[in-house]
Amino acid sequence: MTQRQWLWPAALAALLLGLWQALVVAFEVPVFLVPSPLRVALTLVEDAAMLFAALAVTMKITLLAFACATLLGVAVAFAFVQSRVLEAALFPYAVLLQVTPIVAIAPLIIIWVRDPTASLVICATLVALFPIIANTTLGLKSVDPGLLAYFKLQRATRWQTLWRLRIPSALPYFFGGLRISSGLALIGAVVAEFVAGTGGTGTGLAYQILQAGYQLNIPRMFAALGLITVAGVLLFAAMAGLSRWALKGWHDSEVVAEG
Amino acid sequence: MAPAVIAVTGLPAVINATAPTGPPAVALHAAEKTYPNGTQALLPVNLQVQTGEFLTLLGPSGCGKSTLLKIVAGLLLPSAGSVQRAAGSTLGFVFQEPTLMPWASVLSNVRLPLDLAGVPRSASVLLVQQALRKVGLQDFGAALPRELSGGMRMRVSIARSLVTEPKLLLMDEPFGALDEITRQRLDSDLLALWQAQALTVLFVTHSIYEAVFLSRRVLVMAAQPGRVVDEVLIDEPYPRSDDFRVSTAFSQHARRLQHSLLAASQTAS
Repeated sequence: MTQRQWLWPAALAALLLGLWQALVVAFEVPVFLVPSPLRVALTLVEDAAMLFAALAVTMKITLLAFACATLLGVAVAFAFVQSRVLEAALFPYAVLLQVTPIVAIAPLIIIWVRDPTASLVICATLVALFPIIANTTLGLKSVDPGLLAYFKLQRATRWQTLWRLRIPSALPYFFGGLRISSGLALIGAVVAEFVAGTGGTGTGLAYQILQAGYQLNIPRMFAALGLITVAGVLLFAAMAGLSRWALKGWHDSEVVAEG
Repeated sequence: MAPAVIAVTGLPAVINATAPTGPPAVALHAAEKTYPNGTQALLPVNLQVQTGEFLTLLGPSGCGKSTLLKIVAGLLLPSAGSVQRAAGSTLGFVFQEPTLMPWASVLSNVRLPLDLAGVPRSASVLLVQQALRKVGLQDFGAALPRELSGGMRMRVSIARSLVTEPKLLLMDEPFGALDEITRQRLDSDLLALWQAQALTVLFVTHSIYEAVFLSRRVLVMAAQPGRVVDEVLIDEPYPRSDDFRVSTAFSQHARRLQHSLLAASQTAS
């Protein structure tokens, strides 16, 4: 990322935080309605042990779900590309899974799966799965027809065509899917924690937000919210960095403009 | 189908007297291509490509010249007739586009046919170096395709087709997308390669001038339906220099081909 790419967003953030602080002080807004940014920052420091422990729980669920979604999504995409029948039969259900709100099925999963971590991971996986399936399937099919003809001419085996042609061609699409799914895994984890949280199964950030809400501890709610947001941005940035590293030099989307 | 076969076999017999002797590299007997929906891509063709010959298929879009080339390559099966290639002959194919893997270096791209054939790395390193030297790209092995010009990418594609040391090279309008000056350079280099490596080349183009400059023999083709309508011998000595391009003989051959193409397009329905 160039300096300008983060310089302007950072300047805007500083400006808005400053404005927020000034307005809260000027109009003497009570802290249980809107806390000032400074107050939120102080809470973050005071409650650091509790909040970061909660963050670790949420991130564990997010990363586990993200890994499951990636493995499962790639496996399903490979199956789809190898068999048209399988794709025709299963794709509608993948869509069905995608359009069903996780809040609606999370209680069921939490009842059925007794291990709290496992049930939350399953919920978050379901949310993050679809973009990986859709993008990887598209990528595995988006092969240069000329190169495919060349592989055929050279009598390449199915395995060689997959390994040397389809997988490299699919990588840009796969990384696109990863970027979308990383954020969705976090959202899925938080939503599932919200649903489970009242049952006392969770100690993640969503649980902290709920608890803080009951206690009207608004600064802690903001602090927890901020942590979730920052975690999401970092996850996205990590995926973008991974994508840039893997595709550097050859794919148009990641080629740095010259001159 | 019989009348069409006679029309093509009734070509001047004198041609074979001047072509190099020896067993044909490719022989087509009444090979034709009709698609299941009834489209006649290619009427029956009888054709013998002599070993060591430079033969060009010249014609407009839709005349079946690419179809004919793909039948020779085995990428398409003829719907009737037969195709024979000299026993044990390996084949190189160069497409219209360079069709390189954008994620792989020039070296890996050229090595691809060897990797697919399971040639061990120890043996392929030398072959790849030799192929790159043949096209003048020995210093660009580490480059990625996007870092090269269009002409250089085509050279990589040619190196990839040469790395298996084929006797027969099939080229499907390989320089069609390049600018005129680059195309002339590559035409000259191709002729030098053809002579040095004792290749048999079957070349497809829609450029009259490219056909005259390169070929010993030109088959003129016409569209709707795709067919061979004429056979022209370019009886000029090799090596051919750039002076040949501006000679009287060159323009006479070009005129001959031009007339042949015009006559074919006027008789088409």
